[in-house]
Amino acid sequence: MAHRIFVSVCLLPLAVFSLAFLALPLVRLVGASVEGPDGWGIYLQILQTRRYLQTLLQTVLVSLAVSAAALAISTTAGLFLARNHFPGRGALLSILTLPLAFPGVVIGFLIILLGGRQGLFNQLLPGHVVFAYSLTGLFLGYLYFSIPRVLLTVMAAAEKLDPALEEAARTLGASSVRIVTDVILPGLAPSLIAAGAIAFATAMGAFGTAFTLATDIDVLPMVIYTEFTLSANIAMASALSVVLGLATWALLLVARSFTGTTVAAGG
Amino acid sequence: MRPSPSWLLQLAVTLLTAAFLIIPALQSILAGFTSNYFRGLSSGLTLKWLGEVWDLYAHSIFLSLWLAAACLFFTLVIGVPAAYALARNPGRLSRVLEEFISLPLAVPGLALALALLQLYGSMSGFRTSWAFILVGHVLYTLPFMVRAVLAVLLAMDLKTLEEGAATLGAAPWTRFRTVVVPNALPGILAGALTVVTLSIGEFNLTWMLHTPYLKTLPVGLADSYASMRLEIASAYTLVFFVMIVPLLVAMQWASDRARRITQ
Repeated sequence: MAHRIFVSVCLLPLAVFSLAFLALPLVRLVGASVEGPDGWGIYLQILQTRRYLQTLLQTVLVSLAVSAAALAISTTAGLFLARNHFPGRGALLSILTLPLAFPGVVIGFLIILLGGRQGLFNQLLPGHVVFAYSLTGLFLGYLYFSIPRVLLTVMAAAEKLDPALEEAARTLGASSVRIVTDVILPGLAPSLIAAGAIAFATAMGAFGTAFTLATDIDVLPMVIYTEFTLSANIAMASALSVVLGLATWALLLVARSFTGTTVAAGG
Repeated sequence: MRPSPSWLLQLAVTLLTAAFLIIPALQSILAGFTSNYFRGLSSGLTLKWLGEVWDLYAHSIFLSLWLAAACLFFTLVIGVPAAYALARNPGRLSRVLEEFISLPLAVPGLALALALLQLYGSMSGFRTSWAFILVGHVLYTLPFMVRAVLAVLLAMDLKTLEEGAATLGAAPWTRFRTVVVPNALPGILAGALTVVTLSIGEFNLTWMLHTPYLKTLPVGLADSYASMRLEIASAYTLVFFVMIVPLLVAMQWASDRARRITQ
């Protein structure tokens, strides 16, 4: 009996904190979104307003492109590092995973150093290439953010692959390409789907990178931010936040059903 | 054996990716030490910019360290007992609760911050204090602590261990202190390092929750990117790297160690 009471007491701080600072604020957010003159119609209004629709579409497209690119790049590099051992491998692996701890704002600045007005490309190339403040810069920033996360997932999954399967395929005379497409990629598929979904959801909600790079790119988090701070359109900012939160949460839930774990989404 | 074209292609992709990630980071380190970045290294090396960063942003660095320490304290106090309770009751309700407190991993920080602002924004004493930012940090990092500890606790036979201690007459609190916590230490360490690393780097929530008098390190970074010369912004980024990279290395080491224990 004393044990059951003790276990309940252990859960109490978590219950109080989550109720006060997670459950109630989220309820309030949904409440605030329907306090405008249109009520629940505000969600319909998102679909009927050209600017919001375009923003949604643009955010989804950038996020899709980032996920696809991060998957392609990280799977190639991750498999390469998992299957080859050579001098300098450890250093390469460190370089590829260190950015895990970089917040979006810092990554935005790093993209400016590459493609900004005083950036590396603008200094080295004669044509004056400035791409940091455009959709390209945003894409590269999100890619920078996603590569280490997808890479770690791929490498963890590659370690769990049964080498016997590959050996069997080789013994049966399969070419390297066939081994990759018929043995390795199907084995990695659940992790790749999960990693892709995480990259997609993170790109959808990323705020820091967009905030540093530019204000004239309409992606969902930036529009929410400007609706809230500049236009003081609280209801619309809340409604867009609800839509964004539901979308990313649902996506990650689906991703989790493919594999047990998720790598930290991060800021 | 001659390397095949596909092997070379994979090597090229790996090297290019590494270059993409490391070159701008090196640029920022270099720029932080260069007298005039636009004129290049020929303008000479200097520590002047680091000094300016210290004058301008020392308080934001200390605020971040303070918040990270406070955040660690609260995630320990809330998270470790909660993980224990969830481990002892591995039922459906526990799964739902774990899923619910993990929402801040999925829902973007901006949305969470708007939610917090609308519920508590009118309590001006709370709104303008560092405790408001702290709430955001605890909200975001708590699931990492709970999950790290829970994973370790679920991997061992907690019930038998506790029953052994109970037979010897240990009360629940004594068992928690002398059996549960020592056995969970690898998970607690991994969780603690994750919490500190994430708290120091948190921007999305903090940007919305902060006031002009309470700038954390990443908020200061955003501020310097927008309004300071490139050398100062770079020097400040360098300070951030020096703080975050050892933490990340330690965090990965502790997480790998905890994972090996659970396997």
